[in-house]
Amino acid sequence: MSILVNKNTRVICQGITGKSGAFHTKGCKEYGTKMVGGVTPGKSGETVEGLPVFDTVEEAVKQTGANATMIFVPPPFTADAILEAVDAGIEVICAITEGVPVLDMVHVYDVVKRSKSVLIGPNCPGVITPGECKIGIMPGYIHQPGKVGIMSRSGTLTYEAVWQTTNLKLGQSSCIGLGGDPIVGTSYIELFERFEKDPQTEVILMIGEIGGDAEEKAAEYVKNHVTKPVAAFIAGRTAPPGKRMGHAGAIITGGKGTAAEKVKALEEAGIVVAPSPAEMGAAVAEALRRRK
Amino acid sequence: MKIHEYQAKELFRAFQVPILQGFVARSPEEAQAAYDKLGGTLAVIKAQLHAGGRGKGTFIEVPTQRGVQLVRSGQEAAAAAKNMIGNRLVTVQTGAAGSPVNQVFLEQGCDIARELYAAVVLDRAEKLPLLMVSSEGGVEIEKVAEETPEKILREHFDPAHGLMPFQVRKLCKKLNISGNAAKSADLFFRKLCEVFVKLDCSMAEINPLVITKDDKMIALDAKITFDDNAMYRHPDVKELRDVAEEEPAELRASNSGLSFVKLEGNIGCLVNGAGLAMATMDIIKYHGGAPANFLDVGGGANTQQVTEAFRIILSDPNVKAILVNIFGGIARCTTIAQAIIDASKEVGFKVPLVVRLEGTEVEEGKKMLRESGLAIISADDLTDAAKKVVASVGK
Repeated sequence: MSILVNKNTRVICQGITGKSGAFHTKGCKEYGTKMVGGVTPGKSGETVEGLPVFDTVEEAVKQTGANATMIFVPPPFTADAILEAVDAGIEVICAITEGVPVLDMVHVYDVVKRSKSVLIGPNCPGVITPGECKIGIMPGYIHQPGKVGIMSRSGTLTYEAVWQTTNLKLGQSSCIGLGGDPIVGTSYIELFERFEKDPQTEVILMIGEIGGDAEEKAAEYVKNHVTKPVAAFIAGRTAPPGKRMGHAGAIITGGKGTAAEKVKALEEAGIVVAPSPAEMGAAVAEALRRRK
Repeated sequence: MKIHEYQAKELFRAFQVPILQGFVARSPEEAQAAYDKLGGTLAVIKAQLHAGGRGKGTFIEVPTQRGVQLVRSGQEAAAAAKNMIGNRLVTVQTGAAGSPVNQVFLEQGCDIARELYAAVVLDRAEKLPLLMVSSEGGVEIEKVAEETPEKILREHFDPAHGLMPFQVRKLCKKLNISGNAAKSADLFFRKLCEVFVKLDCSMAEINPLVITKDDKMIALDAKITFDDNAMYRHPDVKELRDVAEEEPAELRASNSGLSFVKLEGNIGCLVNGAGLAMATMDIIKYHGGAPANFLDVGGGANTQQVTEAFRIILSDPNVKAILVNIFGGIARCTTIAQAIIDASKEVGFKVPLVVRLEGTEVEEGKKMLRESGLAIISADDLTDAAKKVVASVGK
């Protein structure tokens, strides 16, 4: 078991004829993901990596039975691409694109929530169930099938955590990059709900960062609804207020969203918080140990 | 992206958000002419600066001059402009070095009955734009939020439909605004929300927002921040960018597609990924050091970008050591290794360089660095890297 994606997931790539789309379609296919096709308006009939290209997602779904998509279209067209995937009934939508206007996402979020689709991203590395299905840009080889469910707002920091849990021989059930933007499709809470129900996942690692109050809300949820052990790390303890740290979402405004506040909320919820990014794997092991 | 008050007000005028008449001036003569054009017996002259706290700020070169001043004649306006233009204003937000003032804004005076506060922001939790209004105008809103949060009224709105009339009626009821002032408020708030949506703002703040003695609601100040990601659809707004207001190193980095924030410490950082870059700053601090910057070279960084990143880091005289922390995913360790070798030839490292490589093509990358003959301190993991770089500064 795992969450969101597995060996039976059938994946298309929106923007498959672009440089990034083609490159990562190849990467996912080599990893073993069931890539079944791609979409680029006006390019039906072409093939990329031996996969058929369609004009519309509707057509791609009809012809290939796809139930997941990864989106690499440029930012001005990303909202449209996500909505097209929702309309076609795609179950898992990973929007990798960075730089989507935030007001576009207000509308997209609203539509996604009224649908049966799950949106991961935008501005995210994607989702992976090690050994079964990789949708996105993460390096596959650092992963190992196992027991840790990982979710994060940051890409490379997720790799760091994955690598540490692989080296500790804990492995991962599924890893999800939520995305670094102010509005993303899926929250920590929704993933906690899924990891809690997933038999393969024995421990959950949440990697947060400064800005917003998503981590505080997740802590509250964990306190009341999660029985599995949880570890966490918050990036940006040393970030000054008012300065945006790369991610559109990572900014401390009006004294809110500081790392100290988040760590306090997490610890109060019984979550093991790693004091440094080098100790994320150790925090997971500690959470497991406390459990026993 | 931020813009100046006078530019924000030009946008307000175009969207019919009520403002006072005003003119921008770039010399004492222009300031005098602007005063005469306003034609009143009183005007306000305001230094144009992206940072807030101008009213209490003072100029380094003319310590008696504040950033905002009432003037009663053209001569007075010219004298104040002379003190402001070309000099550096220090406010609570600028730091001790202050920011250069290149233009001033002259505005009509008005008879103020009440001062309020208004701002439109994006509420990440609700995933909707949010209008916030407070009866406590002219003061620091952070303080109000902290001490008396009940004094901040909140109305979310759907960008597709804008702020609805009933929402303004609710606000007016709670703020004791009635009659003609309520009519003026309806126009003001709904147009303000329209500006926020139509121009892809990430914040539009009016402090103070005033009600005049003749019952008109007017924006006395205006601060707008835009969503950088949406600027492709607003080329005219993009032109309002004032690069003189930006930290030179940050500007240089953004021109090369790098994400850079200058900090106060002495350990330069070069990292791929925003989260890892933040975490790298954190671990340096955790082991007793102080980061000189946040720098994310991104996933697809090439040799030129990484070399420019080194140049930017080394241009900070405070930097006493550099930590390179790369977790190669899409970015390959060999690319980074090559960039380090190229950069050292071109830039030359006069400070210790600690390199931690992990991920795609890591062994080949490490080998390249070993064989380059460069004096690189190699680190095995994050902790090792942080300890080594902190130790190298301590020496």
